[in-house]
Amino acid sequence: MKAIIAEDLCKSYNNGSVKALNGLNLDVEEGTVLGVLGPNGAGKTTTVRVLATLLTPDSGRATVAGIDVLKNPDEVRKIIGLSGQYAAVDETLTGWDNLIMFGRLYHLSAKQAKTRAIELLEQFSLTDSAKRPIRTYSGGMRRRLDLAASLIIKPKVLFLDEPTTGLDPRGRQDMWGVINELVKGGVTLLLTTQYLEEADHLADEIAVIDHGKVIARGTSDSLKKQVGGERLEIVVENQFVSATKEIVAKVSGGAINVDEGLRQISAPVTTGSKALIEAAKLLDEKGIHPLDIGLKRPSLDDVFLSLTGHVAEEKKDEDLASSGKKRGR
Amino acid sequence: MSAVSDALVITKRQLLQLTRVPEVLLFSTIQPIMFVLLFRYVFGGSIDTGQPGGYVQLLMPGIFVQTVAFTLAGTAVGLAADMQKGLIDRFRSLPISRSAVVFGRTLGDGALNIVVLAAMGITGFIVGWRPSSGFFNIVLGFLFLLVFGFAMSWVGVIIGLSVREERVAQNATFIAVFPLTFLSNAFAPTTGMPKPLQYVAEWNPVSTMVAGCRELFGLKNEFGATAGSFPSENPLLMSVIYMVIIMAIFIPLSVRKYNKASK
Ligand SMILES: Nc1ncnc2c1ncn2[C@@H]1O[C@H](COP(=O)(O)OP(=O)(O)O)[C@@H](O)[C@H]1O
Ligand SMILES: [Mg+2]
Repeated sequence: MKAIIAEDLCKSYNNGSVKALNGLNLDVEEGTVLGVLGPNGAGKTTTVRVLATLLTPDSGRATVAGIDVLKNPDEVRKIIGLSGQYAAVDETLTGWDNLIMFGRLYHLSAKQAKTRAIELLEQFSLTDSAKRPIRTYSGGMRRRLDLAASLIIKPKVLFLDEPTTGLDPRGRQDMWGVINELVKGGVTLLLTTQYLEEADHLADEIAVIDHGKVIARGTSDSLKKQVGGERLEIVVENQFVSATKEIVAKVSGGAINVDEGLRQISAPVTTGSKALIEAAKLLDEKGIHPLDIGLKRPSLDDVFLSLTGHVAEEKKDEDLASSGKKRGR
Repeated sequence: MSAVSDALVITKRQLLQLTRVPEVLLFSTIQPIMFVLLFRYVFGGSIDTGQPGGYVQLLMPGIFVQTVAFTLAGTAVGLAADMQKGLIDRFRSLPISRSAVVFGRTLGDGALNIVVLAAMGITGFIVGWRPSSGFFNIVLGFLFLLVFGFAMSWVGVIIGLSVREERVAQNATFIAVFPLTFLSNAFAPTTGMPKPLQYVAEWNPVSTMVAGCRELFGLKNEFGATAGSFPSENPLLMSVIYMVIIMAIFIPLSVRKYNKASK
């Protein structure tokens, strides 16, 4: 069964000049994770807001767990959890206060709310900071509390809008761990992200969106194949370029690209780090010491370039701002 | 039933905020107390009221009304901040009654006035305010003020949800409320104003509230009212009408606005 279906969603702003959603279609199988991947301004947040009953689209249809989002928003709200792009918790209150408040708003009894708060704080490693105001939390802690708040009723369908944007690498790793654990519990998850690596790590399937439309869909492997997978890149001094090219030919078997100016030799590889080690060994045997050698994984930019022919346009650096800060609009 | 308990959870959140950040309550009480003292001692000597007890008797109802009128600002700023931080979005994604958040907020802001009015009343008493109308009327006077504050709070909901930014809400409400409270009989007689302004001041809900409270606190209402017009003759009735109108318009409007709210 499909846990989420969106059909032909359209939403425009400023009298039609900005098309946030332009005929967006997606569906998510129950119990799976869909990663919605797209650059800033692609329509990710708008999609999540429509599905979470916060925004009425200009046209189109959507259901969550079989319930019509537009006709029955109240029923949808009973089974979803939402954690928005910026941690939306009361900063003056403590983590504990917040969880109790949201528990009560989900109509748990005082006792149930307490029990659930204790469980969630434990699950998200926040027990020690439970009695501190949120404003003293790090970005990662805030996001974890925000996520905890969206799990109070153990939702059937969970929406996470850019759950790691603004986090440092450590916070991102923690968050990935937490999300992976959650998914094991069987929840259906729709998560948006700007990073292919993240979608790769967390999602069963990926929908790439741009200008309010899904432009590609598939598993991360199939998308990467479209882009060309990993590339081996080696930079050497001028006199070694042709020798290096021969070595690369041995490990790659694909088309080799030589950039004379950068003295860079690159080629697609299918065996990942094994190819890298092999190349390094062969170079070493020939006494060639590369200036730089590495595997380059396809980035969102590469996916974009290959899917759309244009580079993903960055709008602003707003998403680098700490997750607690909300952009003003 | 759950609509009421949902709203109370929101109200409780606000009261909790006060215990976590006590400065908020401190400053929202200090400011009106400061006003009482400043007006009492700066203007008190130079305005001849012709009533026993001096200027402070007339001043107190004026400052009470001004203060509760500013409930609007607290509501607008609080909601704009919630909006800005995405909290309104989160609340709207919960299975709660569609009016809970705005009702909870206005109730909380209205309730905060109890503390503020008590602090002002005590300060007033210390500097010579002596309401002479008896217990029942005094209590009625304060109830009147609380309801007015509650009604104004609903105007604040619309402002807060419309401007969507804390800082803007702060400025917008200041600009809205200050002229309203000064274009009135709250601090000085309207009779000194140019004729057209006198009419505005006379029909201003702040004036009718002030005049009404003066009556309830036992003053003859000579000061500030241009004799003969309906609002100056019937300030209590007129105030009730205003409050009903404000709530009848702004409560449904606010609930609608909240349910369409988007960042
Ligand atoms: N309330 C709004 N008013 C005007 N434009 C908006 C509004 N919300 C979103 N947009 C525009 O719609 C497009 C999609 O936005 P959004 O869904 O937030 O993108 P994403 O989350 O992928 O970064 C952007 O161009 C954005 O500027
Ligand atoms: Mg977004």
